[in-house]
Amino acid sequence: MNNNVKKRHNQIRPGLTTLLGSYFLRHIQVFFYSLGQLSRTPVSTLMTCMVIGIALALPTGLHTLLKNAQQLSGGWESTAQISVFLNRNIRTSQAQKLKSDIQNWPDVISVHYISREQALIEFQELSGFGDALKALNTNPLPSVFIVKPKLSSTSDEQATQRLLNKLRNLKQTDKAQLDMQWVRRLYAIMNIVERGVLILSFLLALAVLLVVGNTIRLAIQNRYKEIVVMKLIGGTDAFIRRPFLYTGFWYGLFGGIIAWLLVSFALLSISQPLEKLTMLYQNQFELANISFLTVLILLGISIFLGLAGSWFAVGRHLREIEPQ
Amino acid sequence: MIRFINASKRYSSGFDALQNVNFHMAAGEMAFLTGHSGAGKSSLLKLIALLERSSRGQVIINNQNLAKISRRRIPYFRRNIGIIFQDHQLLFDRTVYDNVALPLIIAGFSHRDIGKRVRAALDKVGLLNKEKKYPITLSGGEQQRVGIARAVVNKPPLILADEPTGNLDPELSAEIMGLFRDFSDVGVTVLVATHDLALISQLPYRMLTLKNGKLINDGLPVL
Repeated sequence: MNNNVKKRHNQIRPGLTTLLGSYFLRHIQVFFYSLGQLSRTPVSTLMTCMVIGIALALPTGLHTLLKNAQQLSGGWESTAQISVFLNRNIRTSQAQKLKSDIQNWPDVISVHYISREQALIEFQELSGFGDALKALNTNPLPSVFIVKPKLSSTSDEQATQRLLNKLRNLKQTDKAQLDMQWVRRLYAIMNIVERGVLILSFLLALAVLLVVGNTIRLAIQNRYKEIVVMKLIGGTDAFIRRPFLYTGFWYGLFGGIIAWLLVSFALLSISQPLEKLTMLYQNQFELANISFLTVLILLGISIFLGLAGSWFAVGRHLREIEPQ
Repeated sequence: MIRFINASKRYSSGFDALQNVNFHMAAGEMAFLTGHSGAGKSSLLKLIALLERSSRGQVIINNQNLAKISRRRIPYFRRNIGIIFQDHQLLFDRTVYDNVALPLIIAGFSHRDIGKRVRAALDKVGLLNKEKKYPITLSGGEQQRVGIARAVVNKPPLILADEPTGNLDPELSAEIMGLFRDFSDVGVTVLVATHDLALISQLPYRMLTLKNGKLINDGLPVL
């Protein structure tokens, strides 16, 4: 009799293979269950995702614009050149000789000579002051050497400066200038902007974390009774935590997608006027859209923020709920 | 199955809910826990289910000293106990079936197993035809039976019931008690807290009586 009782009363437990198989099945189920829960309240879900999306779109958009600006100006550094304006009394033959001299300097790649006549023609073509120039009796423009310095690296500033001084000290030189100063300044400004975007990104990421955390906190409060019952019948913390973590995951994913769409539309809408603008500068420039890698990073970060936000909220509030 | 050794519970407010309680219940035994409200019935059940921990003394359940069960292990420990509440503690946004299935889902049973076991449990309490209903649409007695089905669905060796007939009329109460007797007959240890003396004094089961936190009587009712 006693034996019989014992046999009947071995408590039933699922087997190990069942447990492993059902573990993944549970995850998949909770994955979609949490999605279903979110779709039951589409408006508030959308609002939360929009907040996350807008918060993430701002740094992503700025980052993409910055990338474009860097790409646009990236070619300029390698085109570093020194314009040497010659004294006006230098004759063409003298200039030609000087040109071949300079060309033989070790730190010079090439010298392009623009005679006074050529300079005048070019200026007339490009500046639109052609008619005004015709009114002048003499050609006011000097002849110019465009000297390309040999740069071992773009930061080889001292070597460039030495070359510049050498050119300045030539007796035939009226004036020599490095056409780089403004590019350097632009880079310096872009560095500051980049830093600013980084700080902004950090703050907005924190905001996303708080938004998700607060949303999950409310969800926990709404399901207070359910959590109590789960705890009463032996639900582990991990089991109870899981749907909230997946909810955070979904918030992050959707927020990231919204951010992506927002940035794409914004870029699309400014690309045309921008093209017009660059055309006015006789420049061909196509605004690059947000890159695939950036999208991946954006989604990765937003999902991480969603998970982290809900993790903090669940960690803080789940322990407080104990059945009485 | 249940052993209390000089167990006491003092709440942080200084109130002594239980004082030096000693008793033992063998596996498969059924007993009633009685006393006025505030006598310590709920506190005693809470100690068993690890909803509270004893301040002094020991509580040993199924050969496990509860003092040695860490917070992290509590969920696994609770899966061995079916708990039935006066207010049922059902989830009203889920069907009867889903409510009863919850302990099995938590324990990680396969989908097919869950279906079989849930229907067996619902059949046992006579609610097989209500599995798709929501608890709110059921009567009080039916809701309590859903709670019982959920408590026994994973066949725990121990069932605790806290005032399970508190809101039910005598006929339904007798029906519920009949269910507990059935579980006891197949070897489950059953401890039912109730103050419904009229109902239990006619039943041939052991009665533990609490008064002001002390166990003042332990034995069969005088018939």
